[in-house]
Amino acid sequence: MSDTVLAAARPVASRPSVLSRTFQAMYGRLVIIIPYLWLLVFFLVPFAIVFKISLSQTQIAMPPYAPVFSLTDGFGGLLDQLRQLSIDNYLWLTEDALYFNAYVSSVVIAAVSTVLTLLVGYPVAYGMARAPESWRPTLLMLVILPFWTSFLIRVYAWIGILKPEGLLNQFLQGIGLINEPLIILNTNAAIFIGIVYSYLPFMVLPLYSALEKMDYSLIEAAKDLGCPPISAFWKITFPLSFPGIVAGCLLVFIPAVGEFVIPDLLGGSQTLMIGKTLWNEFFANRDWPVSSAVAVILLLLLVVPIVIFQQSQARAIEQDR
Amino acid sequence: MKSLGSIRRSFAPWNDPDAKPYIVFENVTKRFGDFTAVNNLSLKIYEREFFALLGASGCGKSTLLRMLAGFDEPTAGRILLDGQDLRGIPPYRRPVNMMFQSYALFPHMTVEANIAFGLKQEGMAKADIEKRVAEMLKLVKLERFAKRKPHQLSGGQRQRVALARSVAKRPKVLLLDEPLGALDKKLREETQFELMDQQQELGLTFVVVTHDQEEAMTMADRIAIMDKGEVMQVATPAEVYEAPSSRFVAGFVGNVNMIEGTVSGRENGVARISDGNGLTIKAENIGDAAAGSAVAFAIRPEKIKVSSRKPDDPGVNVVEGEIYDIAYLGDMTVYHVKLADGQVVKASALNASRITDDPLTWNDRAFISFRPDAGVVLTR
Repeated sequence: MSDTVLAAARPVASRPSVLSRTFQAMYGRLVIIIPYLWLLVFFLVPFAIVFKISLSQTQIAMPPYAPVFSLTDGFGGLLDQLRQLSIDNYLWLTEDALYFNAYVSSVVIAAVSTVLTLLVGYPVAYGMARAPESWRPTLLMLVILPFWTSFLIRVYAWIGILKPEGLLNQFLQGIGLINEPLIILNTNAAIFIGIVYSYLPFMVLPLYSALEKMDYSLIEAAKDLGCPPISAFWKITFPLSFPGIVAGCLLVFIPAVGEFVIPDLLGGSQTLMIGKTLWNEFFANRDWPVSSAVAVILLLLLVVPIVIFQQSQARAIEQDR
Repeated sequence: MKSLGSIRRSFAPWNDPDAKPYIVFENVTKRFGDFTAVNNLSLKIYEREFFALLGASGCGKSTLLRMLAGFDEPTAGRILLDGQDLRGIPPYRRPVNMMFQSYALFPHMTVEANIAFGLKQEGMAKADIEKRVAEMLKLVKLERFAKRKPHQLSGGQRQRVALARSVAKRPKVLLLDEPLGALDKKLREETQFELMDQQQELGLTFVVVTHDQEEAMTMADRIAIMDKGEVMQVATPAEVYEAPSSRFVAGFVGNVNMIEGTVSGRENGVARISDGNGLTIKAENIGDAAAGSAVAFAIRPEKIKVSSRKPDDPGVNVVEGEIYDIAYLGDMTVYHVKLADGQVVKASALNASRITDDPLTWNDRAFISFRPDAGVVLTR
């Protein structure tokens, strides 16, 4: 008798737990879906549109390219439109040396700027990480503070500093260090200064977080074992901050390659950067398909370092197991 | 003074007036801002000694160790190592090595590379480094773990890597900052003996900082008890326990009953101490306590006997009281006996046999008895 009661009662008792388990599984999937949904709506769909435009032909019309996909002519019409797509624009990019030069020059400028940002940012991050603990929030705040002013205004401000009759030249001439004003504005040097200045926080923050969590007793242990301070830095601190260096460099390099505002405002007319080329194609020539092709190639160019970064991170995590 | 039990080995250079101390702290003071971490401290440590600095956190023991390692410089006074003044010598040029409390193993290097680190700094030949590393791995029984990274090791294994790394350079002195603090109790006890064996084997001078009195008692040849930046007593574990020099030391090391009173008379090395509430005891080991001075008679619980019948030996002190509390610990039982004047005395009895013929229970009338030489009279 009691056995039957138990047998009958068991499924009833377990029902809520099955329900809650289903709910938990759904909830867990939902949490995972959200970022993918975000990527789909705000990255993949726009990218697909840009990619399609890059395969179209320019036209003086509204929109300024053809074909425009529509179902007004039925499926046959859509197939016709699909057949009109071609890779002409990509071939065009290889024919005109301008684009290749722009890509190379962008990568070079971004790479040099990244190295310079690292050279400036590392001591800053190191100093912050070694500062008394009570100072650190304030120092962190100071690094982030420039973000509260418009990026555009900060870049404009550099024109006032760097131009021939600007603050820097006035100061240097005032103290008698130079007689002729330095020509910095409208050169690559001005771009380097602009990028280093603008992207410094992106370098400092990951470096700081890597250096700050490092146990200082490791340095003491190295010294204790006969290692002078500078050597201890290269053997202990530097390798342990390497993940921070990689993260910081990618955070600076990737946006710097596509940077438009800084080369436009601070760089000269002869400065070739892909962001500027893209802007010209799009707004000056109104050639949407070619500028889309430029954008697609730029994206591929940037995806490679991101993939390398992610793999190096995955490997680091793997090693920590 | 009468003999105070056997010492671990017949090694006592501190009793030899001709022995030259190896490490000397001379009137060392260290201040951090307004805080005085070490106050005018003098200390002598001998070669091959296992020396423990024992004290509560913040007593200055770690600062003392860090000054010896070179991470901090004394504000005043000087530190000599083998006759050489260490002032101004950076940590990387001192012939001492330290084993850190956190072990401070380099996380990006293998066990092997960690141990070899100091040897590479010395510019030792590669073949010699390999030989020494293998030797060290064998010493700490970690041969199989040479290629592992620190995070792949257990706490006890990390402790041994840290030890191997710090002794690999054959330092003159090894400094150990809470070397067993991160280990659980069982592992700690095992490792204590390992450390002692390794110290003997290597013939090094060990200076260990600890807050664990049992650890200090087990391992050290001598212990310096520290409080507020000063050394309260430097002595062998047995002396520290049986002949503490002050109330602080007596209270810090082990359990103790402190019977406060005044010396009402002394003759032939025996003093009468009265607590002013009708309790008078006879005490030997009176030192320089003068008649009329306020003293404490410090006696360990295991030296007090509790019985239900009044002992008839006229030589011992007998005080009547009442069983107030009983703590049964398995190997022994601790009785808390409330005396007529209200003070509670702890007495512990070893449970040597399973059945006792004198069962005592709560609120029983009981007598505590102890010999006059079972405790010490403390004036400080």
